[in-house]
Amino acid sequence: MSDFNTDLRSSPHLKQPVTVPQIMRNVVYALLPVCAYAVYAFGISVLLLLLTTTLTCMLAENLFCRLSNRPSSLNDWSIVITGLLLALTLPPGFPLWMAAVAAFIAVGLGKTLFGGLGYNVMNPALVGRAFVQAAFPAAITTWTPPFLPDRFSEVIPSTLTTPFMIPVPIGDWLKQSEVDAFTGATPLALYKFEQITTPAMDLLSGSVAGSAGETSAIIILAGGLYLAVRKMMDWRIPVGVMLGATLVSLPFWLMDSALYPDPVFVLLSGGLMLGAVFMASDMVASPVTPWGVWIYSLFIGMLTVIIRLFGGLTEGVMYAILLGNALSPLISGITQPKIFGQRGKS
Amino acid sequence: MLLHTFNHGVHPPDFKSLTNGLPIRRLPFAASLIVPLSQHAGKPSTPLVKVGEEVVRGQPIAAADGFVSVPQHAPASGRIKAIQLMPSARGPKTDCFIVDVYQAATQQELYEYTHDIDKMSAEEITQAVQDAGMVGLGGAAFPTHVKMKPPPDHHVDTLVANGCECEPYLTCDHRIMLEQPQNLLQGIRLIKKALGVEQAIIGIEDNKKDAAEILQQHLQENDNIRIQVVKTKYPQGAEKMLIKSLLGREVPPGSFPSAVGVSVFNVGTLAQIGELLPHGRGVIERVVTVSGPGVNKPGNYLVPVGTPVEFLLKHAGVTKDAHEVILGGPMMGMSVSALDVPVTKAMSGMVVLNKDDPDLKKGQTQPCIRCGYCVEACPMQLNPSMLGMMASASMYEDMQREYHLNDCFECGSCSYVCPSNIPLVQYFRIAKSVNRDMAAKNQGDAQ
Repeated sequence: MSDFNTDLRSSPHLKQPVTVPQIMRNVVYALLPVCAYAVYAFGISVLLLLLTTTLTCMLAENLFCRLSNRPSSLNDWSIVITGLLLALTLPPGFPLWMAAVAAFIAVGLGKTLFGGLGYNVMNPALVGRAFVQAAFPAAITTWTPPFLPDRFSEVIPSTLTTPFMIPVPIGDWLKQSEVDAFTGATPLALYKFEQITTPAMDLLSGSVAGSAGETSAIIILAGGLYLAVRKMMDWRIPVGVMLGATLVSLPFWLMDSALYPDPVFVLLSGGLMLGAVFMASDMVASPVTPWGVWIYSLFIGMLTVIIRLFGGLTEGVMYAILLGNALSPLISGITQPKIFGQRGKS
Repeated sequence: MLLHTFNHGVHPPDFKSLTNGLPIRRLPFAASLIVPLSQHAGKPSTPLVKVGEEVVRGQPIAAADGFVSVPQHAPASGRIKAIQLMPSARGPKTDCFIVDVYQAATQQELYEYTHDIDKMSAEEITQAVQDAGMVGLGGAAFPTHVKMKPPPDHHVDTLVANGCECEPYLTCDHRIMLEQPQNLLQGIRLIKKALGVEQAIIGIEDNKKDAAEILQQHLQENDNIRIQVVKTKYPQGAEKMLIKSLLGREVPPGSFPSAVGVSVFNVGTLAQIGELLPHGRGVIERVVTVSGPGVNKPGNYLVPVGTPVEFLLKHAGVTKDAHEVILGGPMMGMSVSALDVPVTKAMSGMVVLNKDDPDLKKGQTQPCIRCGYCVEACPMQLNPSMLGMMASASMYEDMQREYHLNDCFECGSCSYVCPSNIPLVQYFRIAKSVNRDMAAKNQGDAQ
C-alpha cells in the first residue's frame, strides 16, 4: 500500500483530449475535398502538383529538422497543410520544378527560419507562393480552363517543364484541345481588363479558370464549416475577411455599378474564399485577442479589395494576408482584452 | 431559459456519478492523528496543551494567534504524543500535534457547551465562528470569521452560499446539501444575522437540481433566502465567477468580494456552522469525497481531521495500478508524494488515478500555435497564450506589469484546453513566486 509509486504532477490533472496534430489533421481533412475537386476540374496535372508540393514540403521539413538538430516535426501534420495549400494556390499547369522551389522556400524561409511550427510570422504556403510570384511572373499567371476533355489522360505541357527551363507556351496546345473562346483569363482578370462579370453560379460551383484550389467557393466553405463546428478554426476570421471585402466593395458598386464589381462577385472570385477560410485563419499567424481577430480579418478583407480595385494586380488576397500576418503581433499587442472586473472602468 | 453564468470557462467531464448517490459514511479513527497547527491561511495556532497531556474529543488544543487565525480542537480523545514537524500536503513541513487515539474509548463524549443562538449578537456569532476554528471548507481555508468582518468602507448587502462544487469527482458539498439542509439553512441564518444582510442566495450548478429542490422544501417563510440554479461550468465555484453569475457584479482586480457588497461562503462551511455553533463545538471532522478510477470503494466519508491519507486510502481501497493521489479536485488539487500527510479542514476530496489513466499520459509539450483556446477559456479574461510565451522568456515582471499575472487564480482552465500540452498554470505559479521573492528581496534591500 504505502509502497505504491506515486506520480507527482502539477494541476490540472485532467486534460481536454485535443492535440495539435489532431487539429492539423482535421484541417487536412477539410482540405481534401478541395484537393479532390481541383483534381477533378483540372486533371492529373493538379494531382502531380499536389504531390510535388506536399512531398517537397515534407522532405524539406525533415531536412531542416535534421540540420538544426531538432526532432522531426513531420508527425504534427502542419507541413502537409502547407504543401496542400501551396499547390491549391498555384495555376493548374504550373511547372512542377517551380512548385518544388516554392515548397522549399515555403518551409525554409516561411517556417524553419523563424524556428518552426508556432514561431512563423507568416503563413508558410503564402511565403512560398509570394516567392514564385516574384520569380516566375509569367508561369504564375498562365491559366488553363477547367474540365478539358483529356485532363485525366494528358498532362498540361507546361507541367513537365525541364527544371530551370522556361515553360513552353500552352496557347497552341489549348487551341488543339478544342476549347472555344477560352481567353486564358481568370474571372478577376476578365473583369479587370474586359469588364466581364462571371456569373455567381459558375463561381460557386467552380466551373471557371483560376488557381488549382480556389475555384469552387462551395467546397471551400463546406470545409470551413466543418472546421468551425469542430472549433478547429476561428469562424470570426473568414467572416471578418468577407465582411471587410463587402464593406469596401459595396459603396463603390453602389456609386457606379458599371465600373465596379458587385460584392457577390468580389467574394466569390479569385482566391478570396480559399484565403479567408484556410489561410487567413492560420492559427499561428493570426491574433488571439477577441478584438484583434476582428481587426485582423477586416483588414485583410478590405486590403484585398483595395488591391484588386486600385492595384496593378488582378488578385490581392495573398499580399493582404501576408501583411495581415506581419501585423498580427502588433494587433494582438494593442488589443489586449480588459480583464474580469476591469470593465466599466477606463 | 438561459441559465445564469459567467463568461469563458471550460466543460471537463464531471465523474460525479461515481459518488453522488452514496450517503456520507463515518470513517473509523486511525491509531494516531496528525493535527497541523496551520490548516488555514494566516498565522499558525498556539498550542494550549503539552506533550503527554490527555485530551477529550472536541477540546481546544491550540488557540488563535491574533485575528487572522483560528484555534484547533482535538479530533479524538487520546494523548498528545508529540508536537513535531510533519510533511504537509503543500510540501513544506509544519508543526503538528500527534494525537494517540484511545482505541478503547467510545469517542461518544464531546467537549462542548450550549449557546442560545437566538439571543446571540452579531459580535458573539462572529466570535463563536472563530472559536469553532472555522475555515473555508471548500478548499481556500481562509478563516471564516474574517470574512464576516468586511472593511468598514465596504457595504455588504448579500450573502452567497456557494454550492457549485464545480471540481470534477467531488460530491461532498452535494451530499451535505442533500443530507443536512437544516444545518445549511441554520448556518445561513446565523451568518446573515452576523453580517446584517437582508438577502442570501444559494448558488447551485444545474447538475445538482435535487439539492436545490430539497433546500427549497426546507426554506422557512421569512428566511429571505433564494436558491438559484446556475450553469454547470468550470470554474463556476470560484467566488468571483459565482458573484458574476448570480448578481452580475464583477469584483475588481485585487479586491475582495465585499468590495461589491457580497460575502461568499461554501455550503459545507455554512452547514458546519449551523451544526456546531449551537453546541459551541469546534471543527473536528469533515466530509471528504474519495473517488477516481484508482479507488475500489469510492464514497463520501466523514473523516476526523488529522487522519493520515494512507488510512483513508486503506479504507476505500486502491487498485493495484493506483499511481497518483490528488488532494482536492483534479483541476486545482495537488498530487502528493507522501501518504502520511493528514486530512486537513479544507481538504474536500481525494482522487486516485491509475497508471494507465489517459490523463496521466500527457503528451509532449509542443510550441504554442496561438490557437486561442486558452484565451477563450480563461474566466479572468487574461491572455494565457501571451503570458505563457513571456514565461518561457522569463519576463516575469512584465507578466505582472502588462498582463495581470496576479489576477490569475490558477483554476487551470488554460492548461486543460491547451492542445500543445503547455503547463501554463505551472508557469504562472513559478512566475508569481519569483515575483514574490523579488519583491521581498527589494524590500529587504531598501531597508
